[in-house]
Amino acid sequence: MTANIPRQFFLKVEESKCQGHNRCYLICPELFDVDEYGTAKVIITGSIPIHLMGKAELAVQNCPELAISITEGLDSND
Amino acid sequence: MTKSIYGPVTNWDDDFDHADPAYNKNVHALWESMREKCPMAHTKRYGGTWLPLSYEMVRAIAYDPEHFSSEGVLVGTDKPPVPRPVGAAPPITSDPPFHTQARRLLLPSFSSKKISLMEDDIRHLCQDLLNRLVIDSSTSTIEVSSNYARLIPMNVIIKMIGLPLQDSELLFSFIKDLTEDVNLSPEKLMENRDRLDAYLDIHIADHRKNPRDDLISYLINAQLDGKNLDEQHIRGTIGLMFIAGIDTTWNMIGSTLWHLGHNPDDLTRLINEPEVMDTAIEEFLRAYAPVTMARIVTEDFEFYGHDLKKDEWVLLPYPAANRDPEAFENADTVQIDRGANRHTAFGLGIHRCIGSNLARLEFRVAIEEFIKRFPRFELANADEIEWSVGQVRGPRKLEVRILS
Repeated sequence: MTANIPRQFFLKVEESKCQGHNRCYLICPELFDVDEYGTAKVIITGSIPIHLMGKAELAVQNCPELAISITEGLDSND
Repeated sequence: MTKSIYGPVTNWDDDFDHADPAYNKNVHALWESMREKCPMAHTKRYGGTWLPLSYEMVRAIAYDPEHFSSEGVLVGTDKPPVPRPVGAAPPITSDPPFHTQARRLLLPSFSSKKISLMEDDIRHLCQDLLNRLVIDSSTSTIEVSSNYARLIPMNVIIKMIGLPLQDSELLFSFIKDLTEDVNLSPEKLMENRDRLDAYLDIHIADHRKNPRDDLISYLINAQLDGKNLDEQHIRGTIGLMFIAGIDTTWNMIGSTLWHLGHNPDDLTRLINEPEVMDTAIEEFLRAYAPVTMARIVTEDFEFYGHDLKKDEWVLLPYPAANRDPEAFENADTVQIDRGANRHTAFGLGIHRCIGSNLARLEFRVAIEEFIKRFPRFELANADEIEWSVGQVRGPRKLEVRILS
């Protein structure tokens, strides 16, 4: 029954929008890294761990360039 | 005394002047009243200047370098001395595609990880400056803009660039010339720029003879498309780094001390709950963002119902965007635990402040160390606070009383 499958959320950074403010990296280095040009990337594979959901949402709400999004979906590895 | 070109403002709605001393002093009330009447004000001053006051318009301008060139970023009585796409101080005055490569050249020197290595040094610097502050024994007051706030970015950036620290006062005078004295004759503006260029040329020549591990030597050796940077590019970038690297952070530290000096609840909370500092830093950046940028209109066109003319100036007030009630809840209230805070203190789009990691670190450490040393203080002589003039806003003279 699908009703018992836990909901899964995925994090995405659109590199073309990221301008290197590094707000996401400051808020949650467990989820994001930045390169020497400031561009952010998601460092987890798979869905967002439940204990980091709050921080992931804060990263979305603090990105000045609207480059980060969270989407609900099924893990493609399942 | 050099004569101003434009006189004091009597009508802020359609004859405003960002370089009238009354502007920065009253700016939050002015924006609110202007925003209600027309979110895009216009003045004939400086050859025609627009002031958009909504977050939405500021964002649209920042994202449209084709209509809004960065060739001129400081509104003044003369037009930019070096044409687009390079401009006088790459990459802040540059447009794409040149901008993209000129910027990539600098980004790694200011990356988050590289800058974070400087934290201990910056902390020691702040502690050292605090040790040297002389508290007036009869009034228990200290002046913290000149004697603390401005010295932190000066000490840090001068070392990174490779200019002599003993020239501090001269460098502060260049900053005033370029960012504050924009309402003088075009000849005077050019004279001021020439004075800075002559100074920088001496230090570039010296670095050519004696290379060092600093940003001047880095730029001398840097290449774009297999060629060394031309002299004007090197000089302009160094000028940019020291002006943008000092004035901005100085004002951020000063404005935050001003806020804490008359909001004792916020001060007490930061002392008792240091973990609030993460959001507090971003909230101060939102509420007291010091930097308004500018753009030049590249062709006649219509923008939000306004007829913009080629070569007019457009001020890009990120600090006003940060206080737009359409974009932020309780926009004019400082809430140091604000969670969602998409502020634009470091700009938006391709010109995001290159020094933002450094500025944030200096700002945070400066405040942390100050309140650790002086957990209780209040504004003294609040009527005598002097605010800067022009596009970079912050207190230039700020006295606080240390409480026991």
